[in-house]
Amino acid sequence: MAQPKLAEQPNSMKIKSIEELNAFRQEILSLQDPARPTVIVCHGTGCLANGSPKVSEALRKTIAKAGFQAKVMPGIKTTGCHGFCSRGPLVIVKPYGLFYQRVKAGDAEEIVNTTLLKGEPVERLLYKDPKTKEPIALEKEIPFYKFQQRVVLRNIGKVDPMDIRDTIAAGGYQALARAMTSLTPDEVISQVEKSGLRGRGGAGFPTGRKWRSAVAAIKKKGGPVYVVCNGDEGDPGAFMDRTIMEGDPHAVLEGMIIGAYALGCHQGYIYVRAEYPIAIKHLIIAMDQARSLGLLGQNILGTGFDFDIQINRGAGAFVCGESTALFTSLEGRAGEPRPKYVRSVEEGLWGKPTVLNNVESWANVPVIIEKGADWYAGIGVPTSTGTKVFSLVGKVNNVGLVEVPMGIPLVKIIEEIGGGVPGGKPFKAVQTGGPSGGCIPYTLKDVAVDFDSLTKAGSMMGSGGMIVMDRRDCVVDVACYFLKFLEEESCGKCLPCRLGVTRMREMLDTFSKGQGSKQDLEDLMSLAQAIQDGSLCALGGSAPNPVLTTVKYFREEYLAHIEQQRCPAGVCKDLITYQIDPEKCTGCMLCARNCPQKCIQGEKKKPHRIETEKCIRCGICLDNCKFEAVQVS
Amino acid sequence: MKEHVDIDDIIERYPGKPESLIFLLQDIQAAYNYVSPEAMTLVCDHVGVPLTQAYAVATFYQSFSLEPKGEHEIRVCLGTACHLKGAGRIVSELERRLGIKAGETTKDLKYSLDTVNCLGACALAPVSVVDSDYQPNTTTPKLVKLLDKLASE
Ligand SMILES: Cc1cc2nc3c(=O)[nH]c(=O)nc-3n(C[C@H](O)[C@H](O)[C@H](O)COP(=O)(O)O)c2cc1C
Ligand code: SF4
Ligand code: SF4
Ligand code: SF4
Ligand code: FES
Ligand code: FES
Repeated sequence: MAQPKLAEQPNSMKIKSIEELNAFRQEILSLQDPARPTVIVCHGTGCLANGSPKVSEALRKTIAKAGFQAKVMPGIKTTGCHGFCSRGPLVIVKPYGLFYQRVKAGDAEEIVNTTLLKGEPVERLLYKDPKTKEPIALEKEIPFYKFQQRVVLRNIGKVDPMDIRDTIAAGGYQALARAMTSLTPDEVISQVEKSGLRGRGGAGFPTGRKWRSAVAAIKKKGGPVYVVCNGDEGDPGAFMDRTIMEGDPHAVLEGMIIGAYALGCHQGYIYVRAEYPIAIKHLIIAMDQARSLGLLGQNILGTGFDFDIQINRGAGAFVCGESTALFTSLEGRAGEPRPKYVRSVEEGLWGKPTVLNNVESWANVPVIIEKGADWYAGIGVPTSTGTKVFSLVGKVNNVGLVEVPMGIPLVKIIEEIGGGVPGGKPFKAVQTGGPSGGCIPYTLKDVAVDFDSLTKAGSMMGSGGMIVMDRRDCVVDVACYFLKFLEEESCGKCLPCRLGVTRMREMLDTFSKGQGSKQDLEDLMSLAQAIQDGSLCALGGSAPNPVLTTVKYFREEYLAHIEQQRCPAGVCKDLITYQIDPEKCTGCMLCARNCPQKCIQGEKKKPHRIETEKCIRCGICLDNCKFEAVQVS
Repeated sequence: MKEHVDIDDIIERYPGKPESLIFLLQDIQAAYNYVSPEAMTLVCDHVGVPLTQAYAVATFYQSFSLEPKGEHEIRVCLGTACHLKGAGRIVSELERRLGIKAGETTKDLKYSLDTVNCLGACALAPVSVVDSDYQPNTTTPKLVKLLDKLASE
């Protein structure tokens, strides 16, 4: 099973040089036979929730029962998220590269008999092209994967995140060894500068420049210096950092160790959201294994350099993703932001020089060192190099996690990788950048997805959430949603944010009830300006963005609410009515039984009817009806 | 209920320094489902911060509760992806059925209902977590069935 076992590594087995690392890697590789089938079962959060543990268990049992001879002895491997979560549980069979979707425990037998024994695909488990209905056998030919460029996600879905040997076999820690043995700290920073890497946490600040100014700050003020990884991922609708921490924790660690070497830092911190228990578990396992091999802790790679990392769990506050709030939280206090007269690279954690970078930013560092700054800078566009991971969610066929080169047209992500909107209509808008971002309308579908182009369009890159909306989604409702989120998450320290965001939300609430006037819309705009100008941190400072862009691009929809008491998308509760289409209704009575108001009438097997006066528009009938007979107007 | 853990054992896990405060409150919350006034006092003595600061922390972060939580914890995601797919309707229906608002616990201490902003499983929206099981593509009918099952246990 799994990989043949290496001789138990005694605790004292420390890797002391790049040669020893390579020898160890060769030893692991020599025990693997690339021609031997390997069954990979996705154990990312999405697939786990869809039942992948049962699938891997069944496969394990069936393989054991089949009693394979040594020649075809297949291994089974559980990995992090492959990105295509909406199709999970996923099973990939290597070396063929066969891609099976929506696999159930009961399919194990057929996979073993047909694929492992005969080398043939199981037709019914293959992905089918939604347009041509043709099955596609190979992972790399599925449109969802075909147009992606996996740089940061290169190992995820390939390696077992809980076994460091698997990562080392895949080339993990090569960059660290290279940096520590053939580059000076200054050269490492130059590489990061030359790569053009910009922070993936939202603002897109050049990572190399941040490190360089930290070096200057250390010179001026003296040490110690800290490196911190921001794994707070508070943006609702985003899960790339989660996937990286869960699926390739060593990439994050390796990036941080390289950063620590470049900065002369001996203590690092990873701040992870409490909602991400698997990420925390995998990071802890990865750190233990790295320590036992001498890749983390004291005397790393025998060079005499010491660096260790501590994990802090977030306690549920969005604002703690903000740099100064994050430091305060690490210090054990309530995470309120402070003014940034002094930059964090000078006075961060414990008032010492600190470099804070996002999970995805750190995970980019090893590739830059390994493949070189020029290689990296060649991907993407000159002002936004490399790739970006997006979580593509909402009204799109292929919901999931995608990695694309910077500068790719938006429509390519939505239509080709995402497979477009269900029903085949064009999308209405894409919300990028979460609560601090904005909405991009369909008319700007060709906009290049990079830091500067998105900002020019009035939105922003943010951390990489991409929420696709179709004509059934209401922009007033979405703007109101973000404001409500920020209102709850505001730390309350400064007035423009605390009162201003609440007031904005109240105004949008009245719009969604069909009240308010055109003048209110103008007032809303000037209030937005005041909040942008007067807020202490970027939570308040960017809070008006979703409102500003939706008003800019969808003014008529706002006016429809205010002047005609109409919600064109059919979302705002006070402006809609529920009806039952007698043509479609089968009289199954499910809606009537579940209606809390008991306001649905009708006999069994006959069309039902809603008494509109009593209806509270809870939408339960809509959720219950299996025949799409309940309609909103 | 959860296994009994001695509070002194939890407190001994971390050094008596102010930066241990959040760690300790998290472990206590995990072990007892809430932070009692007695626990708070013991923690403050250990890490050396005033009670007011500990309360400031405990009320600032969402994951701490100063009141006991119910036997079953239902958390419904209200992140953007889940919101667009109707998670709000699910919360309202649960509020009606359980007779409590989100963030509250039923009087018989059987259920707590909470909302969260994104569980990082947006591809399965709307998502909820009942006790610690993820419920992908949650619908009201599915959740109601699950609640009935829990009630009959
Ligand atoms: C309210 C608020 C929340 C934030 N949340 C996050 C977060 O969850 N993750 C993150 O990496 N950055 C977050 N940021 C940005 C960080 O403050 C910081 O800019 C970033 O972590 C720096 O890393 P980078 O240069 O690698 O992007 C947030 C900023 C604000 C204002
Ligand atoms: S802008 Fe909002 S979140 Fe930021 S410090 Fe002010 S009140 Fe707190
Ligand atoms: S929306 Fe709610 S109250 Fe109205 S008919 Fe449907 S189930 Fe009944
Ligand atoms: S659930 Fe749908 S099909 Fe069944 S009675 Fe209601 S409207 Fe008709
Ligand atoms: S969790 Fe399996 S594909 Fe995302
Ligand atoms: S929005 Fe609900 S899981 Fe992300």
